[in-house]
Amino acid sequence: MRKPPLPAKGAVTGNKRFRGTRAAQLVPDARLAGPMPWVIAIMIALTVIAAAGGLALSNLVSDARADLAGGVTVQIVEASAPERDAQVRRAARVLEQDSAVRAVRIVPEAELEALLEPWLGAGVQNEAVPMPALIDLRLRGSADAATLQRLRGKLREVAPAARLDAQSAWLGPVFSAITSLLWLAAALVVLLAVTSAAAVWLAARSALGGNRPTIEIVHLLGGTDSQIARIFQRSVAFDAMLGGAVGLLLGLAAILLLGQQFARVDSGMVAGGGLHWQDWLLLAAVPLCGVGIAVLTARLTILAALRRML
Amino acid sequence: MSSAPGDIVRFDNVGLRYGTDREVLSDVSFTLYPGSFYFLTGASGAGKTSLLKLLYLAQRPSRGVVSMFGTDTVTLPRSRLPGFRRRIGVVFQDFRLVPHLSAYDNVALPLRVSGVREDDLHMPVSDMLDWVGLSERAQARPASLSGGEQQRVAIARAVIGRPELLVADEPTGNVDPEMALKLLRLFDSLNRLGTTVVVATHDVHLLRKVPESLIMRLDKGRLSDPTGALRYPPRREPVPGSQAVP
Ligand SMILES: Nc1ncnc2c1ncn2[C@@H]1O[C@H](COP(=O)(O)OP(=O)(O)O)[C@@H](O)[C@H]1O
Ligand SMILES: [Mg+2]
Repeated sequence: MRKPPLPAKGAVTGNKRFRGTRAAQLVPDARLAGPMPWVIAIMIALTVIAAAGGLALSNLVSDARADLAGGVTVQIVEASAPERDAQVRRAARVLEQDSAVRAVRIVPEAELEALLEPWLGAGVQNEAVPMPALIDLRLRGSADAATLQRLRGKLREVAPAARLDAQSAWLGPVFSAITSLLWLAAALVVLLAVTSAAAVWLAARSALGGNRPTIEIVHLLGGTDSQIARIFQRSVAFDAMLGGAVGLLLGLAAILLLGQQFARVDSGMVAGGGLHWQDWLLLAAVPLCGVGIAVLTARLTILAALRRML
Repeated sequence: MSSAPGDIVRFDNVGLRYGTDREVLSDVSFTLYPGSFYFLTGASGAGKTSLLKLLYLAQRPSRGVVSMFGTDTVTLPRSRLPGFRRRIGVVFQDFRLVPHLSAYDNVALPLRVSGVREDDLHMPVSDMLDWVGLSERAQARPASLSGGEQQRVAIARAVIGRPELLVADEPTGNVDPEMALKLLRLFDSLNRLGTTVVVATHDVHLLRKVPESLIMRLDKGRLSDPTGALRYPPRREPVPGSQAVP
Protein backbone atom coordinates (compact mmCIF):
# COMPACT_ATOMS: atom_id res chain seq x y z
CA MET A 1 0.00 0.00 0.00
CA ARG A 2 1.25 3.44 -0.94
CA LYS A 3 1.85 6.08 1.63
CA PRO A 4 -1.19 8.32 2.03
CA PRO A 5 -0.80 11.78 0.54
CA LEU A 6 -0.12 14.60 2.93
CA PRO A 7 -2.25 17.66 2.53
CA ALA A 8 -0.61 20.89 3.52
CA LYS A 9 -0.58 21.15 7.28
CA GLY A 10 -2.34 24.28 8.41
CA ALA A 11 -5.21 23.41 6.20
CA VAL A 12 -7.16 22.37 9.23
CA THR A 13 -6.23 25.28 11.41
CA GLY A 14 -7.11 27.92 8.83
CA ASN A 15 -10.15 29.86 9.90
CA LYS A 16 -10.94 31.88 6.85
CA ARG A 17 -14.44 32.32 5.62
CA PHE A 18 -16.24 29.60 3.79
CA ARG A 19 -18.61 31.47 1.55
CA GLY A 20 -19.70 32.28 -1.95
CA THR A 21 -20.95 29.87 -4.58
CA ARG A 22 -18.93 27.02 -3.11
CA ALA A 23 -20.77 27.34 0.16
CA ALA A 24 -24.11 27.87 -1.54
CA GLN A 25 -23.68 24.63 -3.49
CA LEU A 26 -23.86 22.76 -0.23
CA VAL A 27 -27.54 23.40 0.15
CA PRO A 28 -29.19 23.46 -3.26
CA ASP A 29 -32.60 23.35 -1.61
CA ALA A 30 -31.90 26.19 0.76
CA ARG A 31 -33.45 28.56 -1.75
CA LEU A 32 -36.80 29.44 -0.31
CA ALA A 33 -38.64 26.99 -2.44
CA GLY A 34 -41.44 27.73 -4.88
CA PRO A 35 -43.92 30.37 -3.79
CA MET A 36 -41.64 32.24 -1.40
CA PRO A 37 -40.37 34.94 -3.80
CA TRP A 38 -43.99 35.56 -4.81
CA VAL A 39 -45.16 35.86 -1.23
CA ILE A 40 -42.37 38.36 -0.65
CA ALA A 41 -43.30 40.18 -3.87
CA ILE A 42 -46.92 40.56 -2.77
CA MET A 43 -45.90 41.70 0.70
CA ILE A 44 -43.53 44.28 -0.75
CA ALA A 45 -46.14 45.50 -3.25
CA LEU A 46 -48.73 45.94 -0.48
CA THR A 47 -46.20 47.67 1.73
CA VAL A 48 -45.19 50.02 -1.06
CA ILE A 49 -48.83 50.90 -1.76
CA ALA A 50 -49.66 51.42 1.92
CA ALA A 51 -46.54 53.50 2.43
CA ALA A 52 -47.22 55.57 -0.69
CA GLY A 53 -50.80 56.19 0.46
CA GLY A 54 -49.56 57.24 3.87
CA LEU A 55 -46.91 59.55 2.45
CA ALA A 56 -49.34 61.14 -0.02
CA LEU A 57 -51.88 61.75 2.75
CA SER A 58 -49.27 63.21 5.00
CA ASN A 59 -48.12 65.55 2.22
CA LEU A 60 -51.71 66.51 1.59
CA VAL A 61 -52.25 67.32 5.24
CA SER A 62 -49.11 69.37 5.62
CA ASP A 63 -49.73 71.28 2.36
CA ALA A 64 -53.30 71.99 3.31
CA ARG A 65 -52.34 72.95 6.86
CA ALA A 66 -49.78 75.44 5.64
CA ASP A 67 -52.32 76.75 3.18
CA LEU A 68 -55.10 77.12 5.67
CA ALA A 69 -53.21 78.02 8.80
CA GLY A 70 -53.39 81.76 8.21
CA GLY A 71 -56.53 81.68 6.09
CA VAL A 72 -59.72 83.39 7.25
CA THR A 73 -62.96 83.76 5.34
CA VAL A 74 -65.40 86.62 5.92
CA GLN A 75 -68.91 86.09 4.60
CA ILE A 76 -71.32 88.94 4.36
CA VAL A 77 -74.86 87.66 4.05
CA GLU A 78 -77.14 90.56 3.23
CA ALA A 79 -80.09 90.44 0.89
CA SER A 80 -79.85 94.03 -0.30
CA ALA A 81 -77.05 94.33 -2.81
CA PRO A 82 -76.12 98.00 -2.19
CA GLU A 83 -76.03 97.49 1.56
CA ARG A 84 -73.93 94.33 1.10
CA ASP A 85 -71.40 96.11 -1.12
CA ALA A 86 -71.12 98.95 1.38
CA GLN A 87 -70.51 96.54 4.25
CA VAL A 88 -67.90 94.69 2.16
CA ARG A 89 -66.00 97.90 1.44
CA ARG A 90 -66.09 99.02 5.08
CA ALA A 91 -65.08 95.61 6.35
CA ALA A 92 -62.20 95.37 3.86
CA ARG A 93 -60.92 98.77 4.87
CA VAL A 94 -61.01 97.97 8.59
CA LEU A 95 -59.31 94.62 8.06
CA GLU A 96 -56.56 96.07 5.84
CA GLN A 97 -55.58 98.38 8.65
CA ASP A 98 -55.26 95.62 11.20
CA SER A 99 -51.67 94.67 12.00
CA ALA A 100 -52.43 90.93 12.16
CA VAL A 101 -53.64 90.85 8.58
CA ARG A 102 -51.21 90.32 5.71
CA ALA A 103 -53.55 90.45 2.72
CA VAL A 104 -57.20 91.09 2.01
CA ARG A 105 -58.91 90.02 -1.17
CA ILE A 106 -62.51 90.63 -2.03
CA VAL A 107 -63.54 87.58 -3.97
CA PRO A 108 -64.95 88.91 -7.28
CA GLU A 109 -68.59 88.15 -8.00
CA ALA A 110 -67.68 86.32 -11.20
CA GLU A 111 -65.52 83.90 -9.23
CA LEU A 112 -68.33 83.24 -6.77
CA GLU A 113 -70.75 82.61 -9.57
CA ALA A 114 -68.31 80.18 -11.12
CA LEU A 115 -68.03 78.43 -7.79
CA LEU A 116 -71.77 78.14 -7.39
CA GLU A 117 -72.59 77.42 -10.99
CA PRO A 118 -72.59 73.65 -10.65
CA TRP A 119 -75.31 73.93 -8.00
CA LEU A 120 -77.34 76.91 -9.12
CA GLY A 121 -76.98 76.86 -12.89
CA ALA A 122 -75.45 79.40 -15.24
CA GLY A 123 -76.50 83.05 -15.30
CA VAL A 124 -77.89 82.97 -11.79
CA GLN A 125 -79.88 86.07 -10.97
CA ASN A 126 -78.65 88.09 -8.03
CA GLU A 127 -82.21 88.76 -6.95
CA ALA A 128 -83.38 85.17 -7.25
CA VAL A 129 -80.83 83.78 -4.88
CA PRO A 130 -79.15 86.29 -2.64
CA MET A 131 -75.44 85.59 -2.89
CA PRO A 132 -73.12 86.24 0.04
CA ALA A 133 -70.03 88.31 -0.55
CA LEU A 134 -66.73 86.77 0.38
CA ILE A 135 -63.54 88.32 1.64
CA ASP A 136 -60.43 86.16 1.72
CA LEU A 137 -57.99 87.10 4.48
CA ARG A 138 -54.39 85.99 4.98
CA LEU A 139 -53.10 86.54 8.50
CA ARG A 140 -49.48 87.04 9.37
CA GLY A 141 -49.58 84.35 12.02
CA SER A 142 -51.99 81.49 12.38
CA ALA A 143 -55.67 82.06 12.93
CA ASP A 144 -55.81 81.68 16.71
CA ALA A 145 -58.98 82.25 18.69
CA ALA A 146 -57.91 85.57 20.24
CA THR A 147 -57.13 87.17 16.90
CA LEU A 148 -60.37 85.92 15.41
CA GLN A 149 -62.31 87.26 18.37
CA ARG A 150 -60.69 90.69 18.04
CA LEU A 151 -61.37 90.86 14.30
CA ARG A 152 -64.98 89.84 14.88
CA GLY A 153 -65.36 92.68 17.37
CA LYS A 154 -64.03 95.21 14.87
CA LEU A 155 -66.28 93.93 12.11
CA ARG A 156 -69.44 94.02 14.23
CA GLU A 157 -69.43 97.82 14.16
CA VAL A 158 -68.84 98.36 10.44
CA ALA A 159 -70.46 95.24 8.94
CA PRO A 160 -73.07 93.64 11.18
CA ALA A 161 -73.87 91.05 8.50
CA ALA A 162 -70.28 89.72 8.50
CA ARG A 163 -69.43 86.21 9.63
CA LEU A 164 -65.77 85.46 10.17
CA ASP A 165 -64.35 81.89 10.20
CA ALA A 166 -60.88 80.39 10.18
CA GLN A 167 -60.55 78.13 7.15
CA SER A 168 -58.88 75.48 9.24
CA ALA A 169 -61.84 75.29 11.58
CA TRP A 170 -64.27 73.71 9.16
CA LEU A 171 -61.54 71.36 7.90
CA GLY A 172 -60.71 70.19 11.40
CA PRO A 173 -62.75 66.96 11.24
CA VAL A 174 -61.27 66.22 7.82
CA PHE A 175 -57.78 66.57 9.23
CA SER A 176 -58.44 64.26 12.13
CA ALA A 177 -59.96 61.70 9.77
CA ILE A 178 -56.88 61.89 7.58
CA THR A 179 -54.62 61.58 10.61
CA SER A 180 -56.43 58.37 11.53
CA LEU A 181 -55.83 57.12 8.00
CA LEU A 182 -52.15 57.94 8.42
CA TRP A 183 -51.97 55.83 11.54
CA LEU A 184 -53.78 53.07 9.73
CA ALA A 185 -51.22 53.19 6.92
CA ALA A 186 -48.35 53.07 9.41
CA ALA A 187 -49.97 50.13 11.23
CA LEU A 188 -50.44 48.33 7.91
CA VAL A 189 -46.78 48.79 7.04
CA VAL A 190 -45.74 47.39 10.42
CA LEU A 191 -48.17 44.46 10.15
CA LEU A 192 -46.92 43.63 6.67
CA ALA A 193 -43.33 43.68 7.90
CA VAL A 194 -44.19 41.31 10.75
CA THR A 195 -46.12 39.00 8.42
CA SER A 196 -43.25 38.97 5.93
CA ALA A 197 -40.81 38.10 8.69
CA ALA A 198 -43.10 35.29 9.83
CA ALA A 199 -43.37 33.93 6.29
CA VAL A 200 -39.60 33.99 5.88
CA TRP A 201 -39.21 32.35 9.28
CA LEU A 202 -41.46 29.47 8.24
CA ALA A 203 -39.72 29.11 4.90
CA ALA A 204 -36.26 29.24 6.46
CA ARG A 205 -37.31 26.57 8.94
CA SER A 206 -38.53 24.25 6.23
CA ALA A 207 -35.39 24.86 4.15
CA LEU A 208 -33.40 24.13 7.28
CA GLY A 209 -35.33 20.93 7.90
CA GLY A 210 -34.72 19.68 4.37
CA ASN A 211 -31.02 20.33 4.72
CA ARG A 212 -30.53 19.21 8.29
CA PRO A 213 -28.27 16.25 7.40
CA THR A 214 -25.99 18.51 5.37
CA ILE A 215 -25.94 21.10 8.13
CA GLU A 216 -25.02 18.46 10.67
CA ILE A 217 -22.16 17.26 8.50
CA VAL A 218 -20.74 20.74 8.01
CA HIS A 219 -21.22 21.34 11.73
CA LEU A 220 -19.33 18.17 12.64
CA LEU A 221 -16.57 18.95 10.14
CA GLY A 222 -15.89 22.09 12.15
CA GLY A 223 -18.08 24.58 10.31
CA THR A 224 -18.95 27.54 12.52
CA ASP A 225 -22.52 28.71 13.09
CA SER A 226 -21.81 31.84 11.08
CA GLN A 227 -20.47 29.86 8.16
CA ILE A 228 -23.57 27.71 8.05
CA ALA A 229 -25.94 30.63 8.58
CA ARG A 230 -24.23 32.54 5.78
CA ILE A 231 -25.00 29.76 3.31
CA PHE A 232 -28.70 30.18 4.03
CA GLN A 233 -28.60 33.96 4.22
CA ARG A 234 -27.17 34.03 0.76
CA SER A 235 -29.94 32.06 -0.85
CA VAL A 236 -32.64 33.79 1.18
CA ALA A 237 -31.21 37.17 0.17
CA PHE A 238 -31.36 36.07 -3.45
CA ASP A 239 -35.02 35.09 -3.18
CA ALA A 240 -35.92 38.20 -1.24
CA MET A 241 -34.23 40.42 -3.81
CA LEU A 242 -36.13 38.74 -6.60
CA GLY A 243 -39.42 39.09 -4.70
CA GLY A 244 -38.58 42.62 -3.64
CA ALA A 245 -37.87 43.77 -7.18
CA VAL A 246 -41.10 42.27 -8.51
CA GLY A 247 -43.04 43.68 -5.54
CA LEU A 248 -41.61 47.15 -6.00
CA LEU A 249 -42.56 47.15 -9.67
CA LEU A 250 -46.10 45.96 -8.89
CA GLY A 251 -46.46 48.53 -6.13
CA LEU A 252 -45.14 51.39 -8.25
CA ALA A 253 -47.43 50.43 -11.12
CA ALA A 254 -50.41 50.55 -8.78
CA ILE A 255 -49.35 53.92 -7.38
CA LEU A 256 -48.82 55.47 -10.81
CA LEU A 257 -52.21 54.21 -11.93
CA LEU A 258 -53.92 55.63 -8.84
CA GLY A 259 -51.95 58.85 -9.24
CA GLN A 260 -53.28 59.29 -12.77
CA GLN A 261 -56.82 58.72 -11.59
CA PHE A 262 -56.48 61.33 -8.88
CA ALA A 263 -54.82 63.76 -11.27
CA ARG A 264 -58.02 63.70 -13.30
CA VAL A 265 -60.02 64.70 -10.23
CA ASP A 266 -59.48 68.43 -10.56
CA SER A 267 -59.49 69.26 -6.92
CA GLY A 268 -57.22 71.61 -5.10
CA MET A 269 -56.94 69.26 -2.16
CA VAL A 270 -55.89 66.13 -3.99
CA ALA A 271 -53.41 68.12 -6.04
CA GLY A 272 -51.56 68.83 -2.81
CA GLY A 273 -51.21 65.11 -2.09
CA GLY A 274 -48.41 64.25 -4.54
CA LEU A 275 -45.20 62.44 -3.65
CA HIS A 276 -41.94 64.32 -3.29
CA TRP A 277 -38.64 62.85 -4.42
CA GLN A 278 -37.77 61.92 -0.82
CA ASP A 279 -40.95 59.87 -0.75
CA TRP A 280 -39.94 57.95 -3.87
CA LEU A 281 -36.58 57.21 -2.22
CA LEU A 282 -38.42 55.91 0.84
CA LEU A 283 -40.58 53.66 -1.32
CA ALA A 284 -37.50 52.33 -3.10
CA ALA A 285 -36.07 51.53 0.34
CA VAL A 286 -39.04 49.28 1.15
CA PRO A 287 -37.73 46.22 -0.78
CA LEU A 288 -34.26 46.82 0.66
CA CYS A 289 -35.74 46.70 4.16
CA GLY A 290 -37.61 43.58 3.06
CA VAL A 291 -34.36 41.90 2.05
CA GLY A 292 -32.82 43.00 5.33
CA ILE A 293 -35.69 41.57 7.37
CA ALA A 294 -35.62 38.32 5.37
CA VAL A 295 -31.87 37.83 5.78
CA LEU A 296 -31.94 38.69 9.47
CA THR A 297 -34.88 36.36 10.09
CA ALA A 298 -33.16 33.54 8.22
CA ARG A 299 -29.96 34.08 10.18
CA LEU A 300 -31.68 34.09 13.56
CA THR A 301 -33.70 30.99 12.64
CA ILE A 302 -30.61 29.05 11.56
CA LEU A 303 -28.56 30.18 14.54
CA ALA A 304 -31.33 29.16 16.93
CA ALA A 305 -31.52 25.71 15.32
CA LEU A 306 -27.73 25.32 15.42
CA ARG A 307 -27.58 26.19 19.08
CA ARG A 308 -29.64 23.08 19.73
CA MET A 309 -26.77 21.04 18.30
CA LEU A 310 -23.67 20.94 20.43
CA MET B 1 -9.06 19.62 34.91
CA SER B 2 -5.96 19.68 32.74
CA SER B 3 -4.35 16.58 31.34
CA ALA B 4 -0.74 15.60 30.95
CA PRO B 5 0.92 17.04 27.83
CA GLY B 6 1.47 13.55 26.46
CA ASP B 7 -2.13 12.56 25.87
CA ILE B 8 -4.55 13.50 23.15
CA VAL B 9 -7.80 12.41 24.81
CA ARG B 10 -8.63 11.89 28.43
CA PHE B 11 -11.93 10.72 29.90
CA ASP B 12 -12.45 10.96 33.64
CA ASN B 13 -15.47 9.23 35.16
CA VAL B 14 -17.58 10.04 32.17
CA GLY B 15 -21.27 9.22 32.25
CA LEU B 16 -23.76 9.74 29.46
CA ARG B 17 -27.51 9.43 29.42
CA TYR B 18 -29.96 10.41 26.70
CA GLY B 19 -32.81 12.34 28.23
CA THR B 20 -33.94 10.75 31.47
CA ASP B 21 -33.09 7.17 30.50
CA ARG B 22 -30.56 5.05 32.35
CA GLU B 23 -26.91 5.80 31.70
CA VAL B 24 -25.65 4.54 28.34
CA LEU B 25 -22.05 5.06 29.49
CA SER B 26 -20.98 4.84 33.12
CA ASP B 27 -17.72 5.67 34.86
CA VAL B 28 -15.71 5.64 31.67
CA SER B 29 -12.10 6.64 32.27
CA PHE B 30 -9.24 6.27 29.83
CA THR B 31 -6.42 8.09 28.12
CA LEU B 32 -5.49 7.98 24.44
CA TYR B 33 -1.84 8.51 23.63
CA PRO B 34 -0.70 10.19 20.43
CA GLY B 35 0.24 7.88 17.61
CA SER B 36 -1.52 4.81 19.00
CA PHE B 37 -4.08 2.61 17.28
CA TYR B 38 -7.16 1.68 19.31
CA PHE B 39 -9.98 -0.70 18.68
CA LEU B 40 -13.19 -0.05 20.55
CA THR B 41 -15.13 -3.29 20.77
CA GLY B 42 -18.33 -4.41 22.38
CA ALA B 43 -21.65 -5.93 21.49
CA SER B 44 -24.22 -4.03 19.56
CA GLY B 45 -25.85 -1.52 21.92
CA ALA B 46 -22.87 -1.49 24.29
CA GLY B 47 -22.39 2.24 23.72
CA LYS B 48 -19.59 2.37 21.15
CA THR B 49 -21.24 5.00 18.96
CA SER B 50 -22.13 7.02 22.04
CA LEU B 51 -18.53 7.03 23.20
CA LEU B 52 -17.33 8.05 19.74
CA LYS B 53 -19.87 10.90 19.69
CA LEU B 54 -18.24 12.24 22.82
CA LEU B 55 -14.88 11.87 21.09
CA TYR B 56 -15.83 13.83 17.99
CA LEU B 57 -17.63 16.45 20.04
CA ALA B 58 -21.16 15.79 18.82
CA GLN B 59 -22.32 15.23 22.38
CA ARG B 60 -21.50 16.50 25.84
CA PRO B 61 -21.22 14.01 28.68
CA SER B 62 -23.85 14.06 31.41
CA ARG B 63 -21.07 13.94 33.97
CA GLY B 64 -17.33 13.63 34.17
CA VAL B 65 -14.55 15.30 32.21
CA VAL B 66 -13.76 14.92 28.52
CA SER B 67 -10.46 16.52 27.74
CA MET B 68 -9.22 16.83 24.16
CA PHE B 69 -5.74 17.98 23.13
CA GLY B 70 -5.14 19.06 26.69
CA THR B 71 -8.31 21.15 27.03
CA ASP B 72 -11.43 20.34 29.00
CA THR B 73 -14.12 20.46 26.33
CA VAL B 74 -17.05 20.17 28.73
CA THR B 75 -16.68 23.70 30.02
CA LEU B 76 -15.45 25.09 26.72
CA PRO B 77 -17.80 27.68 25.17
CA ARG B 78 -19.67 26.43 22.10
CA SER B 79 -17.91 28.90 19.86
CA ARG B 80 -14.51 27.25 20.49
CA LEU B 81 -15.65 23.76 19.53
CA PRO B 82 -15.37 24.11 15.70
CA GLY B 83 -11.62 24.67 16.04
CA PHE B 84 -11.35 21.38 17.94
CA ARG B 85 -13.58 19.51 15.50
CA ARG B 86 -11.28 20.48 12.66
CA ARG B 87 -8.49 18.55 14.34
CA ILE B 88 -10.61 15.38 14.37
CA GLY B 89 -11.46 13.25 11.34
CA VAL B 90 -14.64 11.18 11.54
CA VAL B 91 -15.81 8.23 9.48
CA PHE B 92 -19.47 7.92 10.37
CA GLN B 93 -21.18 4.57 10.51
CA ASP B 94 -23.58 5.75 7.81
CA PHE B 95 -20.88 7.73 5.91
CA ARG B 96 -22.95 10.94 5.91
CA LEU B 97 -21.78 12.14 2.54
CA VAL B 98 -23.45 15.27 1.24
CA PRO B 99 -25.85 13.79 -1.34
CA HIS B 100 -25.77 16.60 -3.90
CA LEU B 101 -22.00 16.99 -3.92
CA SER B 102 -19.64 14.95 -6.09
CA ALA B 103 -17.09 12.63 -4.52
CA TYR B 104 -14.50 15.32 -5.20
CA ASP B 105 -16.51 18.05 -3.47
CA ASN B 106 -17.30 15.80 -0.52
CA VAL B 107 -13.61 15.16 0.02
CA ALA B 108 -12.83 18.85 -0.45
CA LEU B 109 -15.46 19.90 2.10
CA PRO B 110 -13.30 19.91 5.26
CA LEU B 111 -10.65 21.97 3.50
CA ARG B 112 -13.23 24.45 2.24
CA VAL B 113 -14.75 24.74 5.69
CA SER B 114 -11.25 25.49 6.99
CA GLY B 115 -10.90 28.24 4.39
CA VAL B 116 -8.29 26.63 2.14
CA ARG B 117 -8.08 28.50 -1.19
CA GLU B 118 -9.38 26.73 -4.29
CA ASP B 119 -5.90 26.84 -5.86
CA ASP B 120 -4.38 25.01 -2.91
CA LEU B 121 -7.16 22.50 -2.76
CA HIS B 122 -7.04 20.69 -6.07
CA MET B 123 -3.78 18.80 -5.57
CA PRO B 124 -4.45 17.28 -2.15
CA VAL B 125 -8.04 16.33 -3.03
CA SER B 126 -7.00 14.66 -6.30
CA ASP B 127 -4.13 12.88 -4.56
CA MET B 128 -6.45 11.66 -1.85
CA LEU B 129 -9.03 10.35 -4.33
CA ASP B 130 -6.23 8.65 -6.19
CA TRP B 131 -5.02 7.08 -2.98
CA VAL B 132 -8.41 5.56 -2.18
CA GLY B 133 -8.68 4.47 -5.83
CA LEU B 134 -11.50 6.77 -6.83
CA SER B 135 -9.88 9.14 -9.35
CA GLU B 136 -12.21 7.80 -12.02
CA ARG B 137 -15.30 8.47 -9.92
CA ALA B 138 -14.33 11.96 -8.75
CA GLN B 139 -17.37 13.61 -10.32
CA ALA B 140 -19.87 10.92 -9.28
CA ARG B 141 -22.61 11.69 -6.74
CA PRO B 142 -22.76 9.44 -3.66
CA ALA B 143 -26.02 7.85 -4.85
CA SER B 144 -24.25 6.43 -7.90
CA LEU B 145 -21.37 4.99 -5.86
CA SER B 146 -21.30 1.50 -4.39
CA GLY B 147 -21.23 1.01 -0.62
CA GLY B 148 -17.51 0.37 -0.64
CA GLU B 149 -16.86 3.43 -2.80
CA GLN B 150 -18.94 5.62 -0.50
CA GLN B 151 -16.99 4.19 2.40
CA ARG B 152 -13.73 5.23 0.76
CA VAL B 153 -15.03 8.73 0.00
CA ALA B 154 -16.02 9.02 3.66
CA ILE B 155 -12.56 7.92 4.72
CA ALA B 156 -10.84 10.28 2.27
CA ARG B 157 -12.95 13.11 3.66
CA ALA B 158 -12.04 12.14 7.21
CA VAL B 159 -8.29 12.20 6.59
CA ILE B 160 -7.92 14.99 3.99
CA GLY B 161 -7.40 17.62 6.69
CA ARG B 162 -4.70 15.45 8.26
CA PRO B 163 -6.44 15.18 11.60
CA GLU B 164 -4.57 14.54 14.79
CA LEU B 165 -7.29 12.10 15.80
CA LEU B 166 -9.17 9.80 13.44
CA VAL B 167 -12.41 8.26 14.67
CA ALA B 168 -14.15 5.53 12.63
CA ASP B 169 -17.48 3.96 13.58
CA GLU B 170 -17.85 0.40 12.23
CA PRO B 171 -15.95 1.34 9.07
CA THR B 172 -15.93 -2.24 7.85
CA GLY B 173 -19.56 -2.91 8.57
CA ASN B 174 -20.84 -2.59 5.03
CA VAL B 175 -17.99 -4.06 3.01
CA ASP B 176 -16.71 -7.52 2.12
CA PRO B 177 -13.78 -8.97 4.08
CA GLU B 178 -11.28 -8.12 1.38
CA MET B 179 -12.28 -4.45 1.36
CA ALA B 180 -12.37 -4.45 5.15
CA LEU B 181 -8.76 -5.51 5.20
CA LYS B 182 -7.81 -2.83 2.66
CA LEU B 183 -9.49 -0.14 4.74
CA LEU B 184 -7.74 -1.34 7.88
CA ARG B 185 -4.38 -1.14 6.15
CA LEU B 186 -5.32 2.38 5.13
CA PHE B 187 -5.95 3.36 8.75
CA ASP B 188 -2.77 1.62 9.75
CA SER B 189 -0.64 3.56 7.31
CA LEU B 190 -2.23 6.80 8.48
CA ASN B 191 -1.48 5.79 12.01
CA ARG B 192 2.14 5.23 11.10
CA LEU B 193 2.19 8.82 9.90
CA GLY B 194 1.29 9.95 13.39
CA THR B 195 -2.46 10.09 13.51
CA THR B 196 -4.08 8.62 16.58
CA VAL B 197 -6.75 6.18 15.39
CA VAL B 198 -9.85 4.88 17.14
CA VAL B 199 -11.86 2.25 15.27
CA ALA B 200 -15.13 1.00 16.74
CA THR B 201 -16.11 -2.48 15.68
CA HIS B 202 -18.09 -5.43 16.93
CA ASP B 203 -16.03 -7.72 14.66
CA VAL B 204 -13.43 -9.38 16.88
CA HIS B 205 -11.64 -10.93 13.89
CA LEU B 206 -10.58 -7.48 12.84
CA LEU B 207 -8.56 -6.92 16.01
CA ARG B 208 -5.91 -9.41 14.98
CA LYS B 209 -5.29 -7.64 11.69
CA VAL B 210 -3.51 -4.73 13.30
CA PRO B 211 -0.94 -6.42 15.53
CA GLU B 212 0.12 -3.41 17.54
CA SER B 213 -3.38 -2.17 18.22
CA LEU B 214 -4.76 -1.55 21.71
CA ILE B 215 -8.18 -2.76 22.71
CA MET B 216 -10.88 -0.97 24.64
CA ARG B 217 -13.88 -3.10 25.43
CA LEU B 218 -17.30 -1.70 26.25
CA ASP B 219 -19.77 -3.87 28.08
CA LYS B 220 -23.20 -2.34 28.78
CA GLY B 221 -21.69 1.11 28.95
CA ARG B 222 -18.74 0.17 31.14
CA LEU B 223 -15.19 0.16 29.86
CA SER B 224 -12.80 -2.68 30.54
CA ASP B 225 -9.14 -2.81 29.73
CA PRO B 226 -8.61 -6.50 28.92
CA THR B 227 -4.97 -6.16 27.97
CA GLY B 228 -4.02 -3.45 30.43
CA ALA B 229 -2.76 -1.54 27.43
CA LEU B 230 -4.83 1.51 28.15
CA ARG B 231 -2.90 2.02 31.33
CA TYR B 232 0.53 0.94 30.07
CA PRO B 233 0.57 1.57 26.34
CA PRO B 234 3.45 0.19 24.32
CA ARG B 235 4.91 3.05 22.32
CA ARG B 236 4.77 2.75 18.60
CA GLU B 237 7.62 4.13 16.49
CA PRO B 238 6.47 6.54 13.82
CA VAL B 239 7.84 6.06 10.32
CA PRO B 240 10.77 8.45 9.66
CA GLY B 241 9.71 11.59 7.84
CA SER B 242 6.13 11.40 9.03
CA GLN B 243 4.26 13.88 11.18
CA ALA B 244 6.19 14.74 14.29
CA VAL B 245 4.56 13.55 17.48
CA PRO B 246 5.03 15.90 20.40
N1 LIG C 1 -29.89 9.41 20.46
C1 LIG C 1 -30.22 8.44 21.34
N2 LIG C 1 -31.28 8.62 22.16
C2 LIG C 1 -31.62 7.66 23.06
N3 LIG C 1 -30.97 6.50 23.22
C3 LIG C 1 -29.90 6.27 22.43
C4 LIG C 1 -29.48 7.21 21.45
N4 LIG C 1 -28.39 6.72 20.82
C5 LIG C 1 -28.16 5.51 21.38
N5 LIG C 1 -29.05 5.23 22.34
C6 LIG C 1 -29.07 4.04 23.18
O1 LIG C 1 -27.82 3.93 23.81
C7 LIG C 1 -27.39 2.60 23.84
C8 LIG C 1 -26.04 2.47 23.21
O2 LIG C 1 -26.16 2.76 21.83
P1 LIG C 1 -24.92 2.92 20.87
O3 LIG C 1 -23.99 3.89 21.48
O4 LIG C 1 -25.41 3.23 19.51
O5 LIG C 1 -24.29 1.46 20.93
P2 LIG C 1 -23.38 0.71 19.86
O6 LIG C 1 -22.81 1.73 18.92
O7 LIG C 1 -22.35 0.03 20.68
O8 LIG C 1 -24.25 -0.27 19.16
C9 LIG C 1 -28.46 1.77 23.15
O9 LIG C 1 -29.27 1.20 24.14
C10 LIG C 1 -29.23 2.78 22.36
O10 LIG C 1 -30.58 2.40 22.29
MG1 LIG D 1 -22.93 1.92 16.82
